[in-house]
Amino acid sequence: MLRSLNINPDKCTGCLQCEMACSFENEGVFNPAKSRIKVFSFHHEGRFVPYTCTQCDEAWCLHACPVEAIKMNRETGAMEVLDAVCVGCKVCTIACPFGTVNYNQSTGKVIKCDLCGGDPQCAAACPTEAITYVDADATGLDKMRSWAAKTDNATHAN
Amino acid sequence: MTYVIVGAGPAGVVAAETIRKLDPHGKVVIVGDEPEPPYSRMAIPYLLIRNIDEQGTYLRKAPGHFEDSVEVVHGSVASVDSSAKSLRLSDGREMAYDALLVATGSTPILPPVPGIDGERVTTCWTLEDARKIAEGLRPGASVLLIGAGFIGCIILEALVASGANLTVVEMGDRMVPRMLDETCGAMLQDWCREKGVNVMTGAQVESIEHRDDVAAVRISGGREVEAELVISAAGVRANAGFLEGTGIELSGGAVVVDRHMCSSVPGIYAAGDAACGRDFSTGDYSVQAIQPTAVEHGRIAASNMVRHGSVTHQGCINMNVLDTIGLISVSYGQWEGIEGGDSVSLLDRDGYRYISLQFAGDQLIGANTLGITQHIGVLRGLIQGQFRLGHWKSRLMDNPLLIMEAYLAATQGA
Ligand SMILES: Cc1cc2nc3c(=O)[nH]c(=O)nc-3n(C[C@H](O)[C@H](O)[C@H](O)COP(=O)(O)OP(=O)(O)OC[C@H]3O[C@@H](n4cnc5c(N)ncnc54)[C@H](O)[C@@H]3O)c2cc1C
Ligand code: SF4
Repeated sequence: MLRSLNINPDKCTGCLQCEMACSFENEGVFNPAKSRIKVFSFHHEGRFVPYTCTQCDEAWCLHACPVEAIKMNRETGAMEVLDAVCVGCKVCTIACPFGTVNYNQSTGKVIKCDLCGGDPQCAAACPTEAITYVDADATGLDKMRSWAAKTDNATHAN
Repeated sequence: MTYVIVGAGPAGVVAAETIRKLDPHGKVVIVGDEPEPPYSRMAIPYLLIRNIDEQGTYLRKAPGHFEDSVEVVHGSVASVDSSAKSLRLSDGREMAYDALLVATGSTPILPPVPGIDGERVTTCWTLEDARKIAEGLRPGASVLLIGAGFIGCIILEALVASGANLTVVEMGDRMVPRMLDETCGAMLQDWCREKGVNVMTGAQVESIEHRDDVAAVRISGGREVEAELVISAAGVRANAGFLEGTGIELSGGAVVVDRHMCSSVPGIYAAGDAACGRDFSTGDYSVQAIQPTAVEHGRIAASNMVRHGSVTHQGCINMNVLDTIGLISVSYGQWEGIEGGDSVSLLDRDGYRYISLQFAGDQLIGANTLGITQHIGVLRGLIQGQFRLGHWKSRLMDNPLLIMEAYLAATQGA
């Protein structure tokens, strides 16, 4: 059974533990600016919304890549960037309508959430269970994904 | 069913793979005229700076990927007989088809100036071109680039990175005039000059004189530049000449397709740079000449070749990203804005950061950015999702950098 990140913004306090954990796991430093998960704050509403890749079925990044540098990990369902193949053209960063693939100027490659290979550190670090790693079917991601269809370039008959 | 795909670029390859999935028993033939395995032109700049080898440009990396599932024919299609549903290759071979896909891309046009056909002049379009350029590229080599459009600017990056001493001659009044607005284009030019690239806009190459070890390039205004290598990136023309006699409708040389990617001749479809297809933003038909569009076209054309009418094209959104010596610029959709629409921009000229957003009512319809790389794709989400921004529009008018927040508000009610 595939698992995915379930994000419940109502429980988020904006402590940024997830960003720290992500940046440490993936970049070796505690630097929220290098995190693949990002907490957006809405001062007017007093709300925090953690946000990262949903590993969507459409996989815009994967299809846009000209050199097959983004592949699906069959075990985790995550779309992973193969650093050795990525040429840094950034087409995936403009193709992803969620804005979750980012260019890393220091490496010349792109970075995105890869679910830490099946043990996402953001979820492990979150003290309030605003981020959990659960069975894919049980998540509220469907809500986020359904409107992704709006970004599709095609409508299908039948 | 026999499906024949002409052209083994991204549009043709994705179409072949999609047909294979949808119709496991049909015969799929892909005819390509380049000697290499299918590759991506987009990867050429990275080959020039030796970030990758030729294999790194291949569209599919697994050996036998194509041979195992489709028939690959090396050859050039010379003509099509649409009433007999057959085509002829330049070597005389004939082939019958039930559905035909024109995925032949385009070819660079050389500006008509004396000396353009000389030894030292090349285009930068194919792997063969890339080999020739790589041979002449070395730190300090003097290189002249004709054209600072999207392709010209993409090559520019690689030329500078290789240490060449570069002069750029662009006819338009600014760099990438069809992708960036005046502010953005001018900033890009300042940036290039700051990095030591000699960019001449509003200028034209008048002649190229080939001397012993250099080409002397005469430029309007009485200027002359000596170059060891001249690279021409001055526009392209779709490869559709072989369709002559079919009566197929062309526009600007490219095959006009309907919302099923079908041409005016039943059974003949077109995709990618060779197709004049629907634009998401305007509903008009145009050639976008970008990789993501080639891939979308290929996928949608394939579905309709297997079952006509099965998928209707909503139109591709025009989008470009450019890295110019480390300065990243992006354009989306109707970045020029529309009459009666609103726009907002934020400029940090010294910091080389810029964003401009275009609205129709409270919907985002286009954008230009410079020096911004984080969460940039969300601009596509906002434009193509056609979200009503409500009061977030005024927040964006106050601070256009809040695109991610506006998006979360629109999609998650944040
Ligand atoms: C240097 C460079 C950099 C680029 N960078 C970017 C970028 O950063 N982002 C982006 O979005 N786009 C970029 N592009 C554009 C992108 O590469 C094209 O939009 C894309 O290749 C179009 O795909 P296609 O399949 O339609 O055509 P092509 O890739 O051109 O493939 C068509 C194939 O058909 C073959 N063919 C033509 N006629 C015949 C015939 N009669 N018989 C048999 N075969 C035939 C051609 O030789 C070719 O192999 C770049 C292009 C170049 C040249
Ligand atoms: S930046 Fe890398 S992963 Fe993204 S499309 Fe280009 S090559 Fe593929």
